Amino acid sequence: MSTTTATETRTPPAVYVPSAETLGAVLAPGVRPPRPGPLSASLSFGWRAMLRIKHVPEQLFDVTAFPIIMTLMFTYLFGGALAGSTREYLQYLLPGILVTSVVMITMYTGVGLNTDIEKGVFDRFRSLPVWRPAALVGMILGDMLRYVLAAMVILAVGLVLGFRPAGGVAGVAAAIGLLVVFSFAFSWVWTMFGLILRSERSVMGVSMLVLFPLTFLSNVFVQPATMPGWLQAFVEVNPITQLVAAVRSLMAGAPDAGAITWVLVAGAVLAVVFGSLTMYRYNRV
Amino acid sequence: MSTPTTDLAIEASGLVKAFGATRALDGIDLAVPAGTVYGLLGPNGAGKTTAVRVLATLLRPDRGDARVFGHHVVREADAVRGKVSLTGQYASVDEDLTGMENLALLSRLLGYRKPAARDRAAELLAAFGLTEAADRQVKKYSGGMRRRLDIAASILNTPELLFLDEPTSGLDPRSRSQVWEIVRSVVGHGTTVLLTTQYLDEADRLAGRIAVIDHGQVIAEGTTGELKSSVGAGTVHLRLRDPGRRPEAGRVLAETLRAPVQAQADPVALAGRVAGDEHGVEAGQLAARALAELAAAGIVVDHFSLGQPSLDEVFLVLTDRPAEPATDEMEAA
Repeated sequence: MSTTTATETRTPPAVYVPSAETLGAVLAPGVRPPRPGPLSASLSFGWRAMLRIKHVPEQLFDVTAFPIIMTLMFTYLFGGALAGSTREYLQYLLPGILVTSVVMITMYTGVGLNTDIEKGVFDRFRSLPVWRPAALVGMILGDMLRYVLAAMVILAVGLVLGFRPAGGVAGVAAAIGLLVVFSFAFSWVWTMFGLILRSERSVMGVSMLVLFPLTFLSNVFVQPATMPGWLQAFVEVNPITQLVAAVRSLMAGAPDAGAITWVLVAGAVLAVVFGSLTMYRYNRV
Repeated sequence: MSTPTTDLAIEASGLVKAFGATRALDGIDLAVPAGTVYGLLGPNGAGKTTAVRVLATLLRPDRGDARVFGHHVVREADAVRGKVSLTGQYASVDEDLTGMENLALLSRLLGYRKPAARDRAAELLAAFGLTEAADRQVKKYSGGMRRRLDIAASILNTPELLFLDEPTSGLDPRSRSQVWEIVRSVVGHGTTVLLTTQYLDEADRLAGRIAVIDHGQVIAEGTTGELKSSVGAGTVHLRLRDPGRRPEAGRVLAETLRAPVQAQADPVALAGRVAGDEHGVEAGQLAARALAELAAAGIVVDHFSLGQPSLDEVFLVLTDRPAEPATDEMEAA
């Protein structure tokens, strides 16, 4: 606090000396580029997601190791008991495991968003003059790559174990496409929770609470015909059931138009409802 | 009664924002002239960050109005965003990405095409002395480098108004003075800066006008000179050789400084506020006179210093006399 120490802090820095000239050059009011459109802004945020994967490849653990374990575990755990043989059960189970794993991974969208907000980087994004949903759309676009990756891993494991889809390459590609589209829509549920909930941990907690009943109370593991009536009623309206039915039908080469339509409609409703809630919240954090 | 010749960068009246039971902003009025550095001074939790977030369109006020260059922060938020940039208190860059990637990403979001975005990023990295660190992840940067990158990210679009929320907290003295130089350059090029700080000396060095904020309210507003003369120019700290002579020294000091003197916990230490130019006498002269009087009385002084009034002292004075007419005088001025 004394006058002597006050003068000492004025000694010029040894390393970086801000120069008025160079700073002036970058501050010169040049021609500002036109604002980017919604698509361009979203793709830029998607590029950020790619860069993050490049720098933190560990985050791909959940889309590689987790699905492999799920597939192996359920095939050998239930296979013998439920279908007589693991190979036979696999034909029924694999599309279901595929859906379960990818839908479960969608929750990391919410976790990632929550972390971003906590770190403060979202303050900068939110103060940019770009299309408002771009940051979130870009984030989910990046996550779609993860969904595709997870689907590929599971498919590869399945093929090794003896899964033989009758639908061929086209059927499998269509099935994965439908799954990824639905997951994109479903991700908006998690962006909403990511914005509402206070911590990463609570986002995880709520996600599990939603995802476990949604994925297990479905036709993923067993035929609903074996369940009590009240449970069958729930399983019937569960969008995961319809999604699994659609994916199975596409992979089997006999597309179930009803289930596919149902999935697309459910996806559209989810995206509109939760997308709006997310954006409402996003503008008022 | 503002004259129409001075353009206002920020015009806020009666801003209120509550979080649960706490009123972070409790009726704040601000008028920030364009092309200047304006300081928001206050302790932690005074409402500085909330004020910045409202003005940067990140938070909606519960009540009150705010305009940035004439654009309403809620109704015309997008127009405001086109003119402002924010460097938050916590890193507002992606720590997992490199410095180059951060700036290139933001350049693209501001509309630069791919090659132009990289050029713009490289140009800023160079101006901020970060070229060598361009391809390193930001989490490996030092505090000073990170802050520089943060500010670089904020001036990519040469904003008309730059918010700097406690830009030097946690920085070492060298990095602090670097940030100060940068702020001076930025303002020199016509950008208005709204700076929040806990440090009086920082506000003093950079800001033309200052609003002192406490409990979500502006408790004083004016130029640094006006504010200081209302608070007193500084504090004299001294240590005596003989603790037995302290009461006598205290009397001499109080008489010369014409201000109360406090005995410190240390038995040989005394502190007294210097009233400053209230009587047309400079603080330094008053302090020198006090020193001479002590010498004349035969009291040996081992250490003597004259420091700026601390934020604590500013607050003591301002909150002890809440209806201080100085505030009105300053607004009229």
